[in-house]
This record gives sequence, structure tokens and C-alpha cells, in this order.
Amino acid sequence: MNLLLLSNSLNTYLVLGAMLFALGIFGMIQRQTFIGMLISAELILSGASVNFMAFNRFTSPDQTAGQVFTLFIMAIAAAEAAIVLSIIIAVYRNFKSIKTEDVKDLKG
Amino acid sequence: MSPSLLSIEGLSGIIFLITVFITMTGGLIAVLERNLIRSVSGLALCFIGVAGLYYYLNSPFMAAMQILIYVGAVCVVIVFAVMLAEPEEMKRLSQSSITLWFSAILSGLLFFASLTGLALKTKWNLSPMIINKGTVEDLGQSLMTRYSMSFELISVVLLVSIIGALVLARKGRNSQ
Repeated sequence: MNLLLLSNSLNTYLVLGAMLFALGIFGMIQRQTFIGMLISAELILSGASVNFMAFNRFTSPDQTAGQVFTLFIMAIAAAEAAIVLSIIIAVYRNFKSIKTEDVKDLKG
Repeated sequence: MSPSLLSIEGLSGIIFLITVFITMTGGLIAVLERNLIRSVSGLALCFIGVAGLYYYLNSPFMAAMQILIYVGAVCVVIVFAVMLAEPEEMKRLSQSSITLWFSAILSGLLFFASLTGLALKTKWNLSPMIINKGTVEDLGQSLMTRYSMSFELISVVLLVSIIGALVLARKGRNSQ
């Protein structure tokens, strides 16, 4: 196992993608504001994209499939960020806070 | 066999290790930092590292798109939201957030271990018949032929999300 040849093996990218995904899951549970959770969601999405690109490079006959899929993930992430941020602003206007524990009107 | 440190393979390996380091550091900063602006900066760093990974995966176009869309657009939009909503995360750890920490670390480690185990145990078929090389030209052609339907659908999704964001953020402004 040579450290300098790591960039040419599929497993490196899979482990990196898993690491980004796990970091995102960790942040999603542990964060206490909506914006922090949005940041973690972006980390999860980029972990998934790294996996797609790695499989595209090493195992796919059609080398464009994974790239197209990653482009679509980027578009979805941008749309998601826009929607989530406007929801955050609407919540802030009503509750004067963006902490997750303050928004609990439906709790009995 | 190991390439020497100053050969082309050695240098590109070193740059790859630096890229991996940048990605991981950025991700850790994004998740662990309490100050949200610093957290967004860590996210931008992480995305720059991921763009480097894409470069090593033979697609400089996706690296450019990653920097343009994520670092240039998404991170800036998040910074705007931070400025509009002035969040302040709690400094001290209360009792419930300590259990939250433990469960978060546990579930993160569980996900990481299971995904890594799956990835390393499976025998991937690593020598496919390549039918195109994945250049920008190939990408454009397949976007306009095989994936044209999903291309149109994604543009509809973007349009709907723009209008939805405007409607959601505008509501309640007139009544105040």
C-alpha cells in the first residue's frame, strides 16, 4: 500500500465519500440551528457526489453518466438551499429565532 | 513499486494527499465549529477539496462547476441567510446536548464503518469497456440526447424552487 498511489484506486474515493457522508450525519444530529443542519445536508450531498464520480471513473463504460448525475445533484442542492433559506427567513420572522428547539408550536 | 518523491507520479500523489487533507479539514470545521460564519467557511474549504478530487477523477469540467456552483453560489447564499437571521449557537453544553453528542458520534461512526466495510469488501469490476472518454464534448452530447428529458425536468425544478423561495420569503412582509 503506497500513499503516493492512492489517487488511482477506487477504494480511496469510496472511503472519502463515506467520511463526508458520516460527517454530515453527525452534524445533522448534533447541530442546534437550521443553518447548521443545512450545512450538514450539503456535506451529505457532496459525499454522495464523490461516490458517483468515483464509480463513473473506475467502473462505468459510459464515462458521462456519473458526471451528468453529479450535475443534477448540484442543481438539486442549489434548489434545496434556496428553498431552505427562504423557509429559515420565514421562520425567523415568526419566531424571532432559528434554533430547532424553539419551533415547537405543534408539540402538545 | 513506489514512485520516487520527485517524479511526476510522486508529485501528483503529494498534491492528492493535500487535497484529501483540505477536504477533511474543511468538513470537520464545517461540522464542529459553533460560529456559523466560520462553519460556512469550512464548508467552502471542503468544497474546494472536493473539486480537487473531481480533478483527479478525470473531469476538470465538474471541478469548475463545483467551485462555481457550491463555493460561488450556495456558500454565499448561506452567508446571506446567516446575516439576515443572526443566529447564535449555545456555547455551553447542557445535559441533553451531551447525550445528543454521543448519539451523533455513535450514528456517524456506525454509518462510516458500515459504508467503508461495504466498499472495501465488495469486488468491483474495475475494467469496463469504455465507450467514450467523458470529455466536455461527450458530456454535452449525452445531455442533449440520452438525458434530455431529465435535463428539462431539472430546469423545471429550478424554476419552481426559485418561485417558491420568492413566495416563501416575501410572505408576511406586507402585513408588518
